[in-house]
Amino acid sequence: MLGHRISRFGSAIVKQLAREGYLSATYGTRNLQRSYGHYLPSLPMVQRQTRTSQEAFFLNNHRFYTASATSSDETEKITIIFVDKDGEEIPVKVPIGMSVLEAAHENDIDLEGACEASLACSTCHVIVMDTEYYNKLEEPTDEENDMLDLAFGLTETSRLGCQVIASPELDGVRLAIPSATRNFAVDGFVPKPH
Amino acid sequence: MSRYLARYMVSRYFSSVPSRPLHVCVVGSGPAGFYTADKLLKAHEGARVDIIDRLPTPFGLVRSGVAPDHPETKIAINQFSRVAQHERCSFYGNVKLGSDLLLSELRDLYHVVVLAYGAESDKDLGIPGETLSGIYSAREFVWWYNGHPDYSGLKPDLKSTDTAVILGQGNVALDVARILLRPTTELASTDIARHALSALEESSIRKVFLIGRRGPVQAALTAKELREVLGIKNVHIRIKESDMSVTPADEEEMKNSRARKRIYELLSKAAAAAGTSKSDPDQRELHFVFFRQPDRFLESNERKGYVSGVNLEKTILDSTESGKQIAVGTGEFEDLNGSLMLKAIGYKSVPINGLPFDHKKGAVPNVSGRVVSQTLENLSQTEPGLYVCGWLKRGPVGIIATNLYCAEETVGSISEDIEKGVFKSSKAGSKGLMQLLEKREVKKVDFSGWEKIDAKEQQMGNERNKPREKLVTWKDLLAAAAAN
Repeated sequence: MLGHRISRFGSAIVKQLAREGYLSATYGTRNLQRSYGHYLPSLPMVQRQTRTSQEAFFLNNHRFYTASATSSDETEKITIIFVDKDGEEIPVKVPIGMSVLEAAHENDIDLEGACEASLACSTCHVIVMDTEYYNKLEEPTDEENDMLDLAFGLTETSRLGCQVIASPELDGVRLAIPSATRNFAVDGFVPKPH
Repeated sequence: MSRYLARYMVSRYFSSVPSRPLHVCVVGSGPAGFYTADKLLKAHEGARVDIIDRLPTPFGLVRSGVAPDHPETKIAINQFSRVAQHERCSFYGNVKLGSDLLLSELRDLYHVVVLAYGAESDKDLGIPGETLSGIYSAREFVWWYNGHPDYSGLKPDLKSTDTAVILGQGNVALDVARILLRPTTELASTDIARHALSALEESSIRKVFLIGRRGPVQAALTAKELREVLGIKNVHIRIKESDMSVTPADEEEMKNSRARKRIYELLSKAAAAAGTSKSDPDQRELHFVFFRQPDRFLESNERKGYVSGVNLEKTILDSTESGKQIAVGTGEFEDLNGSLMLKAIGYKSVPINGLPFDHKKGAVPNVSGRVVSQTLENLSQTEPGLYVCGWLKRGPVGIIATNLYCAEETVGSISEDIEKGVFKSSKAGSKGLMQLLEKREVKKVDFSGWEKIDAKEQQMGNERNKPREKLVTWKDLLAAAAAN
């Protein structure tokens, strides 16, 4: 448990570093503030800033700002943290609009996609680790639920990776890849008594 | 950066030293075999994996089990093909364990032998009349329409009756019902075997009965397949409203399984929608019959040796201590006529010489994939270097994805045994296998041989507007594999 917390804390730092690499002036204030509210409580200064001063803040930190990042196609990225079968947290940057399954494959994360996103299998099953994020997702369709019914280690916050699409409000979401040998505790989820 | 460090540490921890290869043979090239190979190759840089199969074609039930109108499920083949083409992996088809070579020989040649050859036989009902003509196992029927070379000559009679009775209500039962009822114009553009398509085009089957011992809450089918069968064009669904009433025990079962609850809801909706619409000549009917168990098959008076129906006993549910509800006969019987009977009550694995086998379960006794044998004193011990995965390990249940976790567990056991230093001796591996097969004049089909079969089938399919036209005889398959 303790080890788990430490690794989570460590990865939050790594993630933050990764995030700074792609932040730019085109990134919305709302998201910035929310993200920072979540992940950088130690920097109240950032939270209090107005949009303009935030932009200035990042422009001044030009180490993290490159000219190419101004194109919105490239800058609209969020961070998704995969929790792999060993419990290791792997933060990756994912462009808005990309599916979690594609993101996993782009980043060499061991997530199967046997039917290649045609909603015919459950091999890209991921568990959303925080109910708060799970609730931000659109309801799964009947077709996705049909497959989830068969997923190994189904939880109340399970989804298919091919159906979860990166969007700004998912920034920072942690997604666990179910393991045959490891159980996950989902934050904010109380298991039903049997 | 931490990620690469972590990866490095993980791979260091799990990898054997590549200087001396770990020779692995996986028997069976279905999902269980390929997922095992994939995970072994990823976890151990020193692993050399040979996958053997008795058929000239790989992919097991993805080729011969998955229904032809489920092409999206077959996409898994792409990933399996990438595994087969891995530099440390080889596929050898047309190699039969038990006749071309013995298990003991395989264990001599390889450090690790993983048996993943599935379940190629059927459970019996064990009731009178089971050997009458016109009774098939669903596996035989499925292998027939999927062009399995052992069953392409099955020739089930679809012309002398309008009624097919399927015993069982699982997904295989639903697949068979769908193939029997679906308009053949829709099947024509799938990879269904040509002989099956012709027979179905001439079929006189208009009514299909799906018989289950228990109720709609216990049916072992899945929502996608149910939704699909409920939506077939021109098929009227028949479900007795009285069968849909639920007991408190049923409610409890549904509360504990969202899948069961959703399936029950789908069936309820279908039952409510099933009116007594006027019948037109081409109307097809699918009857879900719950709370009935087969008691005996009836022999035809006109055709000696042929089935003409089945006698069913009504059942009620009885709760066991574990909370599971089982069907109990009530002593009340009724006949259901039909001269095509399909038993979809489960597959069974086939034992081979030298392999411990649990005949009751139809699977190999194992602990996390390690094969367990009983000694004389009734103590169990694991067989060094011998593992199982898939249906042979778990029994014939689950979907393709189940094998992912099944393989993970088996490979986990292998990794532990590697760490413990179980595999010290040197083994001949592939080289030894090649010598043995050559000596016995076994004409193995390697992956490039399969690719030739694949290309030929796709080309034949192209001419008929199908994704592929399967080669359905051993002769044609071996000839295509050997072609230049």
